[in-house]
Amino acid sequence: MSISSIDPSGTVAASEMEPELNREKLLGMYERMVQIREFEDLAGKNFAAGLVPGFVHLYAGEEAVAVGVCSHLTDADYITSTHRGHGHCIAKGVDIHGMVAELMGKSTGVCKGKGGSMHIADVDKGMLGANGIVGGGLPLACGAALTAKTLGTGAVAVCFFGDGASNQGTFHEALNLAAIWKLPVVFVCENNGYAEATPVAYHCSASDIANRAGAYEIPGVVVDGLDLFAVYEAAGEAIARARRGEGPTLLEAKTYRFYGHFQGDTITYRTEEEVLRYRDRDPIAGAKKYIKEHGLATEEELDAIDARVVADLGQAWTDAQAAPWPHPEEALTDVYVSY
Amino acid sequence: MPVMTYREALKSAMVAEMERDESVVMLGEDIGIYGGTHLITDGLFERFGPKRIIDTPIAEGGFTGAAIGMAMAGLRPIVEMMTWNFSFLAADQIIQNAAKLRYFSGGQVTVPLVIRGPNGGGVQLSAQHTHSLEGFYGHFPGLKVVSPVTPHDVKGMMLTAIRDPNPVIFLEAGALYGTKGEVPEGDFAVPFGEARVAREGRDISLIAYGRQVNMVLKIADKLAAEEGVEAEVIDLRSIRPFDEGTILESVRKTNRAVVVQEQWRYYSVASEVAALIQEQAFDHLDAPVERVSGEEVPAPYARNLEVAAFPSEQQILDAAHRALYRKV
Repeated sequence: MSISSIDPSGTVAASEMEPELNREKLLGMYERMVQIREFEDLAGKNFAAGLVPGFVHLYAGEEAVAVGVCSHLTDADYITSTHRGHGHCIAKGVDIHGMVAELMGKSTGVCKGKGGSMHIADVDKGMLGANGIVGGGLPLACGAALTAKTLGTGAVAVCFFGDGASNQGTFHEALNLAAIWKLPVVFVCENNGYAEATPVAYHCSASDIANRAGAYEIPGVVVDGLDLFAVYEAAGEAIARARRGEGPTLLEAKTYRFYGHFQGDTITYRTEEEVLRYRDRDPIAGAKKYIKEHGLATEEELDAIDARVVADLGQAWTDAQAAPWPHPEEALTDVYVSY
Repeated sequence: MPVMTYREALKSAMVAEMERDESVVMLGEDIGIYGGTHLITDGLFERFGPKRIIDTPIAEGGFTGAAIGMAMAGLRPIVEMMTWNFSFLAADQIIQNAAKLRYFSGGQVTVPLVIRGPNGGGVQLSAQHTHSLEGFYGHFPGLKVVSPVTPHDVKGMMLTAIRDPNPVIFLEAGALYGTKGEVPEGDFAVPFGEARVAREGRDISLIAYGRQVNMVLKIADKLAAEEGVEAEVIDLRSIRPFDEGTILESVRKTNRAVVVQEQWRYYSVASEVAALIQEQAFDHLDAPVERVSGEEVPAPYARNLEVAAFPSEQQILDAAHRALYRKV
């Protein structure tokens, strides 16, 4: 949705199936975006400081996608996510303190320190798990949607994946399955321009990944992934369509990651000038500008939100550092359900 | 006791569970309207309808992954892999998702899933359509892997598989779908992790699983009739969890063991059995543990070549004679 389509009172006339985007909801979405940014900035710093092992793939820059989509979902709806999944988790309501602890591998982590950055799951929140295999989550989302359809729960499944995953067989198999079974699923492709280091213009035959929807005769929609309102509107339509039983949509959000593929990436494949050009279009700054221009909140109120997020995340890192490591015996549990 | 085929016994378990538990559904290629390539699901589409008997496109990675997602969200899918040979296309979903989701989610995710289909060779389907995957899938923690050979066990173990809240790799003896055996009526779930003593004996332990069990039983009869050697035959039937106790108890009694398998020898189930015996029954052994395995070649096509590539009765007999220090 372009900014001009929002009326001067500040109420966004979102698609008819969706509740209107009022001040309270919009400020909640703003807070989520700030949480994601602060989470990622701190994760990057603390990875460099040696507090986080393994790999971290940061979502900063893509916040409008996760928040614009997940703001339409409840805990009963499902999402699957990727190696770059922190933003999806936060947008779906996973506890930030548990996530920080999980990054550190602490016992208080949402997965008890057994999954780490690439495997955060919170089943109670409908977050079925981030997936460290590119394209690995697409069939899972179809299955969750098929269960919802079979049981008639009304839930939808949203599958986040990147431009790189659109070349995996699972992408094509999942789109076809969702189309023939008319599944309540929305495929959200976060096209950040690079599959690790390979530019999308090289790795993908389609000028828009959304064009691939045409092969499966489902709607394919391109949206500006740096614009919270555009994502919110497009996702709202796709999710409403899924809830109405009209089947899947492929939504391609053109976005950008402000950091590299992972922390430690030498980033030889893109220019600093390109990064700055996108940073100028920071989705959080855009949302903030809109909120202020429409008198939905003052600078002070937004600053207060920012300060609250910073304080909360600072506390989360303090707590996580103080938290115990998992008991060594935990290495041997949770392989099977015992019964 | 009623006599039925392996195919009928397998089907009867799935039908009973689908009648008992509405959350049980089936997915697979041509399992519905067509009735299944091996006729395991014949008539089930008419009986249970398209919501529970779900025909899929030929997209093993996609529909196996979807079944995992269905299980995570609360249903209990049974996936028919038309043959296990096609499961390599789904191996990423099976190994990276089904086997690991529970662990890396810290115990949050449950995947009550059965993947079943014909496994093993012996019907001249040649290289790409002939694999024995017990060792392959048995390698991965998070999966349960079983390989029933009798009509009795295929029913009893399928009942257990469907009720198990974990992902189960159900490797059927594809060449034996038409074989008959006694199958009790009613509900008799055969627990996983318990090998079956298929024949009791005191002189040598012959250990196998899948269709090689039948071959080994014939050898045991021959040894008894011609040489007065009483062989004990162990049908492993559960690959993971693995019943160490029954193997060790047998070898501590007989002091000699031959392990027979259709799959390739290197990094295989027989290797695991042999290692177990030397670790825990070393002092009881009167001879090295023998392994009889498939030849280290892709499965050939021509009948005589296929026979040459799989364990033969003569090879098993020779191995038993070596273990018994009898002239070969």
